[in-house]
Amino acid sequence: MAKIRRNEKREMPALNTSSLPDIIFMLLFFFMSVTSMKEVTYKVQFKNPQATELTKLENKSLVRYIYVGTPTAEFRKQYGAETRIQLNDQFAEVSDISEYIINERSSMKESDQGLMTVSIKADKDTKMGVIADIKQELRRAYALKISYAATQRTSY
Amino acid sequence: MAKKVPQINASSMADISFLLLIFFLVTTSMDVNQGLARRLPAPIPPDQKAEDKDINKRNLLVVKINSANQLMVQGELTDVKRLRERAKEFIKNKDNADYYPKVYEEDFGGKIGVYKYTKDHVISVQNDVDTQYQAYLEVQNELVAAYNELRDELAHEKYHKGYNELDEEDQKLIQKVYPQKISEAEPKNYGGN
Repeated sequence: MAKIRRNEKREMPALNTSSLPDIIFMLLFFFMSVTSMKEVTYKVQFKNPQATELTKLENKSLVRYIYVGTPTAEFRKQYGAETRIQLNDQFAEVSDISEYIINERSSMKESDQGLMTVSIKADKDTKMGVIADIKQELRRAYALKISYAATQRTSY
Repeated sequence: MAKKVPQINASSMADISFLLLIFFLVTTSMDVNQGLARRLPAPIPPDQKAEDKDINKRNLLVVKINSANQLMVQGELTDVKRLRERAKEFIKNKDNADYYPKVYEEDFGGKIGVYKYTKDHVISVQNDVDTQYQAYLEVQNELVAAYNELRDELAHEKYHKGYNELDEEDQKLIQKVYPQKISEAEPKNYGGN
């Protein structure tokens, strides 16, 4: 009983994609573990200075950030190209820092308040005058644990 | 015969996880948070004037950075790359030189025992208002590196281990021998009020 197959094309077997989700999930977990959430949207641009004796900031919830740099292109018209300070999501003056620190500290658990670290993320070309002002303001607010954010230097 | 459960169509699972993946790629950033950890001195109460501590000249290493990012150590122009060696020599004062800080001998206990160290040394960093942040940080970095290297050397000598491999108690002991004494001058306001 030979049957003549005429209209039947040989079909490609469907690719088994059942492991695709697993692969993607693996990628997802990889990225989740190596990256960190952006704290804020940057309104200033800065390039970290380089150093070698770096320590990692361990506990994220205890760290507050101060950004120092020139305003990004979209804000340059409004704020000029001078070095500015950013706290949370907005531009700030040096005099706002102590209030910010005190507010942030009071929102922490009491046991954690003494462990608060302030990370200064400043552009490498910033003038020290600005940094010195910030440091004075931090001292006044009793935020004495600070960290100068920097990237690892590989060579001189 | 058991009732067959119809298979769930899982073909959209990949799409869902792709979506999640892309969401995380967008909202996270790769850079790790690391930096040079420092401790600021406590503020001076307003009713109290800043007192100039009288420090013996031999106990003081003055590091100045000017507005052109040039470095001056003890009055002579130096390169940043040489600062670490200078600082180490100064802190340790191995040969008990009279132009470096006075050496004391003290029993630290533990595995260190009696050890010579310079108790009163102070490294003073002064910078100009116009100094570049990178230059300032490099100096700070070199000074911290000098301390770290000295601590590591001591750890190798006494414990035959790196400083970072020691437990906290031993690290504290070594920190007693080499306490970080980097002082920064109170910013002065030249001219004006």
